[in-house]
Amino acid sequence: MSDPLFSKKHLKLLSDPINSSNPITVQVLGICSALAVTAQLKPAVVMAVSVMAVLALANVIISLLRNTIPNRIRIIVQLVVIAALVILVDQVLKAFVYDVSKQLSVFVGLIITNCILMGRLEAFALGNRPWPSFLDGIGNGAGYSVILIIVGFFRELFGSGTLWGFRIIPESWYISNGGFYENNGMMILPPMALITIGIIIWVQRMRNRKLIED
Amino acid sequence: MEHLFNIFVKSIFIENMVFAYFLGMCSYLAVSKSVKTAAGLGVAVIFVLGITVPVDYLLENFVLKEGALAWLDPSFASVDLSFLSFIMFIAVIASMVQLVEMIVEKFAPILYNQLGIFLPLIAVNCAILGGSLFMQQKEFLNIGEATTYGIGSGIGWFLAIIGVAAIREKLQYSNVPAPLRGLGITFIVTGLMGLAFMGFMGIKL
Repeated sequence: MSDPLFSKKHLKLLSDPINSSNPITVQVLGICSALAVTAQLKPAVVMAVSVMAVLALANVIISLLRNTIPNRIRIIVQLVVIAALVILVDQVLKAFVYDVSKQLSVFVGLIITNCILMGRLEAFALGNRPWPSFLDGIGNGAGYSVILIIVGFFRELFGSGTLWGFRIIPESWYISNGGFYENNGMMILPPMALITIGIIIWVQRMRNRKLIED
Repeated sequence: MEHLFNIFVKSIFIENMVFAYFLGMCSYLAVSKSVKTAAGLGVAVIFVLGITVPVDYLLENFVLKEGALAWLDPSFASVDLSFLSFIMFIAVIASMVQLVEMIVEKFAPILYNQLGIFLPLIAVNCAILGGSLFMQQKEFLNIGEATTYGIGSGIGWFLAIIGVAAIREKLQYSNVPAPLRGLGITFIVTGLMGLAFMGFMGIKL
């Protein structure tokens, strides 16, 4: 109980979700939003940061309340805490990055039903002290972010030849300018997000054979 | 009438919940191992979407929207509660799911047994909240349109989960590379199905 703040056990809470218990590729939580916002890097990063913030704060709040919440109404209590935090995030995004918030459209609101949140609150915050819960929130948020950023990186690079809105593939390479290159328009379409994540899962399980299902 | 039919077809095929917006993916991936359970969940989703979207439509237009409270008293005309919509919608969904569960248990025990655990789980299915949020964004003119949209998106989700469950049942007899088995191949299959559904996009309604 009296572990130092950054003991080995606590650091494991941070590092495990990034690889061997990644929320998206292993726990299969929070897929919905991961796919829809990754056509470009910028909304993907904004979404990742929002989810990480909501997850860490909700974990702490539920962990503080864990001994007072009656078991039968815990889902409603969790939903209310999450919804309140998401409203905050939504208002902050609208105030500071309005164009990205328009692009994310309903997906900010859908953080409420993002299964990562419910999953981590049920599985971790309800039975642990606030500090480990906070680390668990940050760790899982980071695991979610890693996948979002990888997918966003490839989809924006190959789909529109830019990263974060800046041109990476030079204009003169394009066929329309007498070059040899053409953007792969399919990368922008929603189904490619699924296939990209499928490939990420494939690579991850090839490197870590313990994760293979039979 | 023709207008309603357009909304219906559009919400099933062109703006399919799963393939165009990836909503309800978590339960879609977790429950699609056999066609039978997938069908149970699909029916429950149609049911709940068909009820919550019109209820949230009423809530949006008579309580939350800017000036929506004017029917109570003209002095409320400037009140804008739309920032509360997330929390109100999720509360409506959670309580409607509870209510639907009780009604089904009382009047249709056979259906209740078939749906089993899926009914309460639907409260946290993002397709349901997504349906209400898209309804808010599309600004439907009347409750008939909203209901049609809710039922249509439910049927779209039902089609998607039945399709992928059938493919996964067949896949058990195929020789998939070991690291791709299970989750990986399901993602890729869903992606390919999504590409097929993109074919509907050219239809202008």
